[in-house]
Amino acid sequence: MDYEAVIGLEVHVQLKTRSKIFCSCSTRFGAPPNTHTCPICIGMPGVLPVLNKKVVEYAMKMALATNCEIASVSQFARKHYFYPDLPKGYQISQYELPLAENGWIDVEVDGQTRRIGITRIHMEEDAGKLIHDEHRPLSFVDLNRTGTPLIEIVSEPDIRRPEEASEYLKKIRQLVRYLGISDGNMEEGSLRCDANISLRPLGRQGYGVKSELKNMNSFRHVQKALEYEIRRQTALLLDGGQVVQETRLWDAAKGVTHSMRGKEEAHDYRYFPDPDLVPVEIERVWIEKVRQEMPELPGAKRERFVKEYGLPPYDADVLTSSIHVADYFEECVRLFHRPKTVSNWIMVELLKLLHQDNQEIDTCPVPPSSLAALLKLVEDGTISAKMGKKVLEESYKTGMEPQQIVQEQGLSQLSDEAELKSMVARVIEDFPEEVAKYRSGKKKVFGFLVGQVMRMTRGKANPKKVNELLQKALD
Amino acid sequence: MANLVDLTISSLRQLLDQREVSAVEVTRAYLERIEKVDSKIKAYLTVTGDQAMEAARAADEHMASGETAPLTGIPLGIKDVICTKGVPTTCASRMLEGFIPPYNATLMERLNGQHAVILGKLNMDEFAMGSSTENSAFFPTHNPWDLKRIPGGSSGGSAASVAARTCAGSFGSDTGGSIRQPASHCGVVGIKPTYGRVSRFGLIAFASSLDQIGPIARDVTDCAILLEAASGYDPKDSTSVNKQVPSYIGSLKEGLKGLRIGVPEEYFIPGMDPEVEEAIRNGVSTLKEQGAEIIDINLPHTEFAVATYYIIAPAEASSNLSRYDGVKYGFRAEGYRDLLEMYTRTRSAGFGPEVKRRIMVGTYCLSAGYYDAYYKKASKVRTLITRDFQDAFARCDCIAAPVAPTPAFELGEKKDDPLQMYLSDIFTIPVNLAGIPSISVPCGISKEGLPIGMQLMAGHFQEETIFKVAYNLELTLGKIGDWPEI
Repeated sequence: MDYEAVIGLEVHVQLKTRSKIFCSCSTRFGAPPNTHTCPICIGMPGVLPVLNKKVVEYAMKMALATNCEIASVSQFARKHYFYPDLPKGYQISQYELPLAENGWIDVEVDGQTRRIGITRIHMEEDAGKLIHDEHRPLSFVDLNRTGTPLIEIVSEPDIRRPEEASEYLKKIRQLVRYLGISDGNMEEGSLRCDANISLRPLGRQGYGVKSELKNMNSFRHVQKALEYEIRRQTALLLDGGQVVQETRLWDAAKGVTHSMRGKEEAHDYRYFPDPDLVPVEIERVWIEKVRQEMPELPGAKRERFVKEYGLPPYDADVLTSSIHVADYFEECVRLFHRPKTVSNWIMVELLKLLHQDNQEIDTCPVPPSSLAALLKLVEDGTISAKMGKKVLEESYKTGMEPQQIVQEQGLSQLSDEAELKSMVARVIEDFPEEVAKYRSGKKKVFGFLVGQVMRMTRGKANPKKVNELLQKALD
Repeated sequence: MANLVDLTISSLRQLLDQREVSAVEVTRAYLERIEKVDSKIKAYLTVTGDQAMEAARAADEHMASGETAPLTGIPLGIKDVICTKGVPTTCASRMLEGFIPPYNATLMERLNGQHAVILGKLNMDEFAMGSSTENSAFFPTHNPWDLKRIPGGSSGGSAASVAARTCAGSFGSDTGGSIRQPASHCGVVGIKPTYGRVSRFGLIAFASSLDQIGPIARDVTDCAILLEAASGYDPKDSTSVNKQVPSYIGSLKEGLKGLRIGVPEEYFIPGMDPEVEEAIRNGVSTLKEQGAEIIDINLPHTEFAVATYYIIAPAEASSNLSRYDGVKYGFRAEGYRDLLEMYTRTRSAGFGPEVKRRIMVGTYCLSAGYYDAYYKKASKVRTLITRDFQDAFARCDCIAAPVAPTPAFELGEKKDDPLQMYLSDIFTIPVNLAGIPSISVPCGISKEGLPIGMQLMAGHFQEETIFKVAYNLELTLGKIGDWPEI
C-alpha cells in the first residue's frame, strides 16, 4: 500500500526587538550569564509584566506577510511546567485567543506552487538556558534569554513532502528577514522548528496517529528527520504495526529519531488567561500603520524586477531571495543602467565570492557604487571583462576602489591604434612561416598570431582591436 | 499632651506641622510602644528600627525646609506581602525566609516619596491565605481587644498593630476580605479599593485578578489620607487604571442627603451572630437618620460567591506560586538527588498546609478536562456576581452589609476546619470578584467587648461615596470604645 505523509510545522521565530517582551532588559546575545536580567524576567515575587508594543508590531508584520487575519482582541495565557530555565514556573504565551489566524504561504517545489495554510501566529516569551557541567552532576542557569520575544507560527497539516517542509521554512526565513523582525537563523536558534507527522493511505481523508519531532537545527535536518520518520512509520504500518503518539528527538549524528516521551507523559500545561496582562486590543488604524511600515515583500519585488528591469524570472528570483541582495542590485542599477549586466555580475561573480567566504551581501566589502564603477570600466573598454573579474576579486579582497586597482597595477587596456599597429607589424615580421600558412588558407593560425600580440602587451591589448588590425594587415 | 501613639494621623500631622513634635519623637514613641507591647500582640515580623529613625530624621529635615506631604514623618507598618527593598519580605512563609527584595513595591516608592516612616513588616497568613493570621509560618498574631482571639486575616498584623497603636496606620492586601475582616475584628477602618486603583507592582501575588493593596487606620479620615497617597496609575502594572485620583479627604464632610443606601437581603443569613446583625441594623438606622434613603436590594448570586472564589483564587495561586521552586531565591531543601526531588522536597517543606491545599485545589481546577467545569464556569459566575452589583448600583449609591458573620473567634477555634474558616469571608468575597471598592468601619461592640464592623460598598472608583458614608457613620456613632489597654 502507498502512504502519504501529512505534515504540520510549528515554527518559533525569535524577534529582534531591542528589549525583552515584558521588561526593559536588553535582548543582546552573547553577554556574560545573567547580566541581561532584572527582577521581572527572573521571576522574583511581586513583579509584573508589561507588554513591549514593538513585539506586537513585529508579530503583526509577520501576520500581514502571511495573509493572516489579525484579531481585534487577543490575550496572553500562562503555560505551566517546572524547569530551572523557566523562572516563573510558567511561560507567558497565547492560547485561546492568539494574535492572528487563518493565513497562508505559497511554496514552490519542482516548479509547482503549493499553498500551505497558517493556523495561527501567537506571541510568547523565550526561556533561559541551562549549562551543564561536563564533569559534575551540576547545571548552571543563564537567564539572559528569558523573556526574549518569540512568535510561534503554526501551519495547517498541509505539507505532504519533506522538500515542501524545507521550502516552507526557507520562505518563513525569507519573510522574517525581509521584515527585519528576526535573523531567522536555524543554526543559532533564532528560528526553530518542530514537526508533526503522520501517514495515511494515499487518497484517503482523515489523519493517522502522529509523532512530534524535535531537535532539528537546520533546514537539511528538518528534511532528513521527516524523510527518516516517513520510512520508519511506513515500515511500521506495512508490518501491520501501529504508530504511537509520542514526541521523538532527531539524532543528527546517527540520522534517526528516537522516542522522548509518550502521550501519557505529555505535560498538562494548565493554560489559563494571564491575569497580570490586559487583553491586547488592535484597532484597524494600528494595523494600517504597521502595514505602511512594511517593506515590499519578495513576491511583489520579484514581479517588479521582471517588469521594471526586464529581467528573466530566474534572475529576479535569485536577486529577491534576500532583501539585501535586492537592495544591492537596485542601488547598482541606479548607478549603472544595464540591469541584466548588473544581474549577471551579482549572480555569477559577487555571490560566488560571498559564498566562498560564507558571507552575506550586507557585509560585502565591495559596495554597489564600486561594482557600478567597475562595470563602467568594462563597458567603456578600459579593461576587458576577464580583467574585470580579476579587479573585482582584488577589490573584494582589499576593499580598494576598482579605478585605483586598474591604475596602480597598470591594467587598463591598450587600445591606441598606432601602437597596436606597430605591434601587429612586428608579429607579422617575426612569424613569416605562420603568416604564410594563414595566407595559404590555414585560418586556424590566426588565433596564434593574436596570442603573440597579446603576449607582447602582457594581456592588456584590447582583443577586439587586435583582431581588427591583424585581419586588415594579413588580408 | 495625649500619648503620641494614641493620636490619629491627622492629629499627628497638625502637631508635626506646628513643630510641637518632631518625626523623630513620634517614631521613637512608636518604637518604644512596639518594644513594650508587641511581644503580646505579635503583629511584627520585622521591626526596622534603625531605618525608621533615619527616615524620621530625613522627614524632619524635609519638613524644616518646607517640603511636607500628608505622610511626611508618619510611622506606618507594612504587611509582609509587599516588597520592601533591602528589608526581608517573607509573606510569612518559610519559602521566602531570608528573602530580601532588591526592589520596592510601587506603594513603597510612593510612601518614600512622601517621606513616611516605615516601622517594619507585619504578620499575616502565609501568602495571604487565611482569615485568622494563624497560617503564618512564624507565629500567630493576637487581637488587641482580647489576646485569646484572632485578629482576623490575612492582614491580621496590619489591623492588630493599628488597634494596638504600634503604628499610626498600615497597609494590607485584600483578596477575599483580608483587609476588611481583620479591620472589623480589630475595631479599625480598612478599605479595599477598586481593582486597579492601587498598583500591584511589588505586591506578592496570591490571586492576581482579586488582589488589591489598601490601608488600615484608626479612623475614616486617616484611611482616606492613606488611600490617597497609595492610589494612582502605575505603568509597571498593566492592570492599574489611568484615572485621576480624587481628593478623598475633601469629600468626607458632605452630607448624606439624597444618597441611597441599599441593604442586601442575602447578607443577613441564618446562623449569623445576632449581635452582628443588630449592630449593622443599628448602623443602617443611623445612616437613615442622617438623611440617607434606605432601600432593600438583592444580590441574587451571592450564595455562589464562596464556591466561585475558591476556584478562581486557588487556580491563580497555584500558578503564581509556581515560581517558588528553590532554584533562584528563598528556601531550598537539602538532600535531594535530582531535579524533581529538589522541587518536591523544597515545595513540600517550604509551604504550609493551607498554601499546599490551595495549590492542589487550583492545580486540579486548571487541569485538562476540568478547566471548563471549574475555572471557566467560575469565571462565568463571576460575571453574574459583577452584574448583580451593577444592577444594584443602578438603584442605590452604596451598599451596607456586615463584614463577617461573627466577631473575632478564638485562636485555634477553626484552625483545623478549613471550610468553617472559608465561611468567615462569605460577605467580603463578592466585592473582590466584582472588583468594586469596600470599606470596613466600626459600628458596634459585642457584649464580650469585641468590635463589629460594617461594610460599605460602592461602584467602581466610587471610593468617595464610601468614605463619605463611613465618615458620617463614624461621626454619628462616636467611638465604639476606648482603645484596648494591652
